[in-house]
Amino acid sequence: MDVSGLLAYGVFFLTLAGIYAILTLGLNIQWGYAGMLNIGVGAFFSVGAYASTLATVAPNDAFVGGFNAPVIVGLLLAMALTGILAFFVGLITLPLRSDYLAIATIGIAEIVRLVLKNEAWLTNGVRGIAGIPKPLAGLLNSPWVMLTVVLLVLGLTYWASDRAYRAPWGRVLRAIREDEPATLAAGKNVVGFRLQGFVLGSMIMGVAGALYAHFVGFISPEAFQPEFTTFIVWVMLIAGGSGNTRGAILGAFVIWGIWSGTELITHVLPAAWVTRAGALRLLLIGVLLQVILRLRPEGLLPERPPHPNYRSSAPGQSSRTPE
Amino acid sequence: MFDFLQLIIYGIVLGCILALGAVGVSLTFGILGFANFAHGDLMTVGAYFGYIFIRQVGLPFWVSLPIACALTVAVALTVDWTVFRPLRSRPPVILLISSFGMALILRSLIQLIWGSDQLVYEQGIQQPWRWGELNIQPDQVIIIVGAIGLVTALHFFLQNTKVGKAMRAMADNVDLAKITGINTERVVMWTWILGALMAGAAGIFLGLDTQIAPTMGWRVLLLIFAATILGGIGNPYGAIAGGLVIGLASELSTLVISPAYKSAVAFAILVLMLIFKPTGLLGGR
Repeated sequence: MDVSGLLAYGVFFLTLAGIYAILTLGLNIQWGYAGMLNIGVGAFFSVGAYASTLATVAPNDAFVGGFNAPVIVGLLLAMALTGILAFFVGLITLPLRSDYLAIATIGIAEIVRLVLKNEAWLTNGVRGIAGIPKPLAGLLNSPWVMLTVVLLVLGLTYWASDRAYRAPWGRVLRAIREDEPATLAAGKNVVGFRLQGFVLGSMIMGVAGALYAHFVGFISPEAFQPEFTTFIVWVMLIAGGSGNTRGAILGAFVIWGIWSGTELITHVLPAAWVTRAGALRLLLIGVLLQVILRLRPEGLLPERPPHPNYRSSAPGQSSRTPE
Repeated sequence: MFDFLQLIIYGIVLGCILALGAVGVSLTFGILGFANFAHGDLMTVGAYFGYIFIRQVGLPFWVSLPIACALTVAVALTVDWTVFRPLRSRPPVILLISSFGMALILRSLIQLIWGSDQLVYEQGIQQPWRWGELNIQPDQVIIIVGAIGLVTALHFFLQNTKVGKAMRAMADNVDLAKITGINTERVVMWTWILGALMAGAAGIFLGLDTQIAPTMGWRVLLLIFAATILGGIGNPYGAIAGGLVIGLASELSTLVISPAYKSAVAFAILVLMLIFKPTGLLGGR
């Protein structure tokens, strides 16, 4: 591979890893901050992707969407729709135990999958939608533009969620995660805070989905298999360090690096195995999750909640608060 | 009217499969405290073990069934010893995440060994038995008879053996059961044995009813969770009743809504239960 090819692959890799990092940051708010189990990440990711796609593609006869809207409108619509979906899901399930939320979210994921597949008037069904425009395509058509947009959104999401983590708001979410009855006794509206965290996290997932759609240019229900939209995101978050915003981003890049790296290994396998290589790669990621859960459950960058007096204490002393 | 009765038959067949799957989920949920997301894929494992003995070795069905179930139990115990047991001292949600990963491991292993093509236990179309306008396939009779047999055996195990009683006690209240001196590890082992036995049979029956594919178990997992919650977590009898209700409801729903949304009906029941009666119809936790 020559230099330009390598560079092109680098841009491609970074863009996708960046999109996954945004997705992981969304899950980090839900699981890392507040301990909410969302096993339906793919639902919010695909709703975001479809919302932005329908707003921005050219008008057509096959399905309802197609408003030729600018990409930024698509992104905002993706956030709004995933936010509304998350609000209703959360309203029903967040007062319940966390494992019920996990079950309810796979239900949402299943229903979203069924709707995308069967409501062809809205989503063009299994045929999928092609010709999704890239951001600023009219001005400058270069893969670097997409990468810049993704990194910009990633930076913004990182900045906002890191601030939220240090703010009193993040402290309440952590308190709910660690000890719900105590937080309730302290007079906090537990369900209200959970709902805010759940909606915010899902909106970030929606943006990631929209960016994904604009990046690949073609979406269909098959593009949103739970393995690649939910499972791998969980591995990224747990590997990187749930609760740690930098860890979430690091986890996304490391796991996406491993995932892309294993693709190279499968090239040396005998031809008969090539079709099964995908299964082998998923198996490795699954085993990796078990190893991390056993050996380093806190992830590469463990969570470091701000010490109550961290401004006054000497540097280096702001270690983990006792749990 | 005949449509209705025909759908009742389909509903009972699906209900039997779901009931067998839900027993395992309900027991592990009640005793180990986590929703086992790998249970659907354990069913898939059972279905593929069945495929080995029925198609690849060529043994009769009723001989292959117990062998495949025994091997499914071996897989479940291996998974418990290597993956779940070391995590048991940690919060149950960690087990849930781990089981989600385990589901994917089992599924990819199956794809690795058998590929992703759909398989069947028997080639060709079966001649259905006719009753007026009602059709019933011999396979469907096998499923119903098999499920009744297994549930009866389960009932005697739970009611008459010491382990069975201890298991019900633990599913009802873990702390109280531990105080009375119940051997926890033994009960946990038997929970996996029973759950996996039922899951293996459920997988083979599901393969008989439809086709054998790597995602078959994952696809019905939502229905099984709905059955479990409907029956009340930790209550195996509730799980059986819940399975039948969910099976009937999803088949009968096709009278009113598009069959594509069958599993959405189960989800709707699940959500309504979570809102109005999270302890389940027959009582549980």
